[in-house]
Amino acid sequence: MKAARLSVIAGIAVVGLALAGCSGGSGGSSGSSGDDSRGPITYVQGKDNSNVVRPLIDKWNKAHPKEKVTFKEQSDNADQQHDDLVQHFQAKDSGYDVVDVDVIWTAEFAAKGWLQPLTGKYKMDNSKLLKPTVATATYNGTQYAAPQTSDGGLLYYRTDLFPTPPKTWDEMMSDCATAKAAGVGCYAGQFAKYEGLTVNVSEAINTAGGSVVGKDGKTPTLGTPEAKKGLSRLVDAFKDGNIPAEAITYQEEQGRQAFEAGKLAFLNNWAYVYNLAKTDGSSVVKDKFAIAPLPGDGGPGASTLGGHNAAISTYSKHKATAFDFVKFLQSAETQKFFVTQGSLSPVLASLYDDAALNAKFGYLKTLKTSIENAVPRPVSPFYPAVTKAIQDNSYAALKGSMSVDDALKNMSDAIKTAGSGS
Amino acid sequence: MSAIAGPASTRAETEGLAAAGTRAKVKPRRRRGTAQGIRTGISALVIVVWCLAPFYWMVVTAFRDVGFTFDTTPWITHFTWDNFATAFSTKLGNHLGQALLNSLFIGACVTIIGLLVGTFAAYALARLDFRFKGIVLGIILGASMFPGVALITPLFQLFTNIGWMGQYQALILPEISFVLPLTVYTLTSFFREMPWDLEEAARIDGCTQAQAFRKIILPLAAPAVFTTAILAFISSWNEYLISSQLSSDATQPVTVAIASFAGSQPHQEPYTAVMAAGTIVTVPLVILVLIFQRRIVAGLTAGGVKG
Amino acid sequence: MSAPEIVEPAARAPKPPVRASAKKVKRGERRVALYLIAPTIVLLAIVIGYPVVSAIIMSFQKDAGLDSATGMFVQGGFAGFSNYAHWLFQQCATTGGGTAACPPGNLGSQFWNATFVTFFFTVVTVVLETVLGMWMAFIMNRTFKGRGLVRAAILVPWAIPTAVTAKLWFFIFSVSGIANAMLNTQILWTSDEWASRFAIIIADTWKTTPFMALLILAGLQLIPEEVYEAAKVDGATTFQRFWRVTLPLVKPALMVAVLFRILDALRIYDLPAILTGGGGGTGNATTTLSILVVDQIRQGFNSASALSTITFLIIFIVAFIFVRFLGANVVRTQESQQKGKL
Repeated sequence: MKAARLSVIAGIAVVGLALAGCSGGSGGSSGSSGDDSRGPITYVQGKDNSNVVRPLIDKWNKAHPKEKVTFKEQSDNADQQHDDLVQHFQAKDSGYDVVDVDVIWTAEFAAKGWLQPLTGKYKMDNSKLLKPTVATATYNGTQYAAPQTSDGGLLYYRTDLFPTPPKTWDEMMSDCATAKAAGVGCYAGQFAKYEGLTVNVSEAINTAGGSVVGKDGKTPTLGTPEAKKGLSRLVDAFKDGNIPAEAITYQEEQGRQAFEAGKLAFLNNWAYVYNLAKTDGSSVVKDKFAIAPLPGDGGPGASTLGGHNAAISTYSKHKATAFDFVKFLQSAETQKFFVTQGSLSPVLASLYDDAALNAKFGYLKTLKTSIENAVPRPVSPFYPAVTKAIQDNSYAALKGSMSVDDALKNMSDAIKTAGSGS
Repeated sequence: MSAIAGPASTRAETEGLAAAGTRAKVKPRRRRGTAQGIRTGISALVIVVWCLAPFYWMVVTAFRDVGFTFDTTPWITHFTWDNFATAFSTKLGNHLGQALLNSLFIGACVTIIGLLVGTFAAYALARLDFRFKGIVLGIILGASMFPGVALITPLFQLFTNIGWMGQYQALILPEISFVLPLTVYTLTSFFREMPWDLEEAARIDGCTQAQAFRKIILPLAAPAVFTTAILAFISSWNEYLISSQLSSDATQPVTVAIASFAGSQPHQEPYTAVMAAGTIVTVPLVILVLIFQRRIVAGLTAGGVKG
Repeated sequence: MSAPEIVEPAARAPKPPVRASAKKVKRGERRVALYLIAPTIVLLAIVIGYPVVSAIIMSFQKDAGLDSATGMFVQGGFAGFSNYAHWLFQQCATTGGGTAACPPGNLGSQFWNATFVTFFFTVVTVVLETVLGMWMAFIMNRTFKGRGLVRAAILVPWAIPTAVTAKLWFFIFSVSGIANAMLNTQILWTSDEWASRFAIIIADTWKTTPFMALLILAGLQLIPEEVYEAAKVDGATTFQRFWRVTLPLVKPALMVAVLFRILDALRIYDLPAILTGGGGGTGNATTTLSILVVDQIRQGFNSASALSTITFLIIFIVAFIFVRFLGANVVRTQESQQKGKL
């Protein structure tokens, strides 16, 4: 049967190709040769929502015709961006030269040896940046990435109900009576079981004076009365109805929707909500809201630091160009462009004090306070396991099926198992 | 009971089958027809409503202005074409049009090659005698038992090593493998039911084995073949996990393209644009199905289809 | 209809059978069979066989651990069965070097819960989809005006890419979404323990029933009209016709459909991941085994390989039971039923 014979040949061809490929060596080089060479590079980032990257790359390419940058855009989902980077790094792909890493992945990638340490000829000048952002790019005392954008939590509040924002958590909780009288839910953040929950729980614990892990970034420090105070605040607010029951399903967008529909008095969310709440057609709070730093305990609250860093891959073949591109991303012009074009939060401290920018972007000043008082999430190479430990147990506590003490103890134990590699 | 029983197979028998299977023309039960017709009609209506209601909501959302994404009015309010424009726009690096073509191409390759390969195997399993049939069936079934999510990393490394990363082959070959077990099992099961006496009679009359298969068995198995084709195509159309890792910008299918839609701000979810893209993506499939739906119910007519 | 499993060349009258040539034909047949099956086996071996084997090998290696001096990851060594013990017996390594029960928050503690959730989803969705699919297949089988449109409508749920469907249902089931609006309730579909499970079951049933309906319809096509006529002449009621005529005759197609649906349901990932993120209840009410695998891949690939292998074995056992005891005739001829009935 001719057809049968053809199919056998086809089958053998496939096998042959596979074997030839396998024995032909791995897909990427180890990257140790040609570190200093210059040449075209690829910049990898998640979805460029606000269309800032392409114009910047065009500008760079015009000025550096021999060292052009190609933009590889990933999906919009953080987990997928993470997994995509991991796949390429594991395959030692030299096709990814400069990568944009979320602040929580920097330690993990650094510990796996995938990021070029920024020392020696790659040393960066961090004096003009907001201090907390540099901490996120440092692992084990060495800097592995260059901060390029930041983000902090802001308190959005209804000016028609509260002429001045609450300064402490207790004040906000007593303000809830006014909110209830007006028929409006009191406070919400992000409490669904995902990374946003870790952000909110860290904020609560850090604001109360506690910490999730110690200075080494590994040892859990959740056994303190301050940590208990922090987590209890959220649990009690759920119990008393000060946080509406449905907030347990909220990610960023659901909270924004509730606030814009006028159903919330206070919202804890990133800076992006500011513009949307002012311009969305369905927003009923357009002229009735303002922002403030998160309520603290005598001083602004400790918001959780967000943002992204730019890092050079160890496997890149054109590290000198990559280094220059990273410096370009941190330059004053680029950072200003991030603000004006993309409404992103820059890392360059001076921009926050610029009068013209402040006039146009009303959230900048508050955002600076927020970032200056921000605490990063645990800088741990086992971050996926750490955040899972925090999410699972605090979610159970918020739901009321686990006591706060048990939740904190389990969190500690689970973080410890993450450290021992199991 | 069965009109096909018995070893005496002749051409007349085949024609008899054809006549018997032409359901559309048989109308002996006029009296009970109306009552049953009404029941059928109501059932059909219920089914259509159940199947289309969420799709309706998807379309309503697709036409709604993005500033009113969370509006729950059951009909279209704040009508706009913007979301469709956003879905197709290439400004932010999306290429839905290209992705549609990719999906169609990949789907066609997967379906055609998968059916070809599957039919060969099914014929052997149904018709020929050899010793390790059980083991072969077991291996083929076993391929459907491993969690797909765990295949991504090894396949990523395999295709990077071969140098096929981001090319069509890297998408088509895995998808064929996912579709093969079901294809082989379905076709084998149907080939077993075929009247092989007819085939043997044809061979006695002078056809080769292949000709007899093609001319007698395949037409009778047409419903099964077309059903399997549709299953294979839609399975490939739906595939996301592997495509997201192994495709490049130029070769990404619609599932990956839609997943990379973004709002104008980080953290913002572009629901309305995604719904618009979903609507766009469903239309070609519905058209395909409308064209081929007659073939799914060919009945026992030897090659003739009365829809 | 007689479809003999084994073709005996000697049985065909016109050919003079000789022992030697009968054997030769058999050998020739085996060779042809080999050629026909080879492409399938080769393709499956490369795309699925190779990852499975490498997963099994990796599952016996430890994940990379942190060297406390340098702070960098170094290769873990041989792990023996410790990865398997981690999942099956919830054994976690402690800093002291021994093992202890895995605390909540560690993925190992979720294995049995995930197994329960996966089986629950499988049983409920497969039963629902079989019943509904059968009903839809019967309707599609009948003759009436506009049935082409009905058939196309039935396939719409399945034609929408899963990622879009999941987002659509996420949207429908959000607290202020259309589901709560129409039912006039405030159900927390994505976070209540049972509401989240039912949300996934509803979305999955909506999406996948067409698959069952299509396969059952193809099976129904093979039943000739005369069979029903003869049964009616014999005085069978509608139910009897269904139970003793239709069902046995559609069994081959039905069994294939149900078997593959079970295999797919046991590996379900997309829908729960996007709809609820595996959450609900105390946080893991809808975490399936595949979701657990993906979460574990982010934390350590070798342990994830062990989990994948365990999942594979679980599915294998389920399929084995199904084929052996329930659907034994998945690919065997139905001549026994046909001869016996009517």
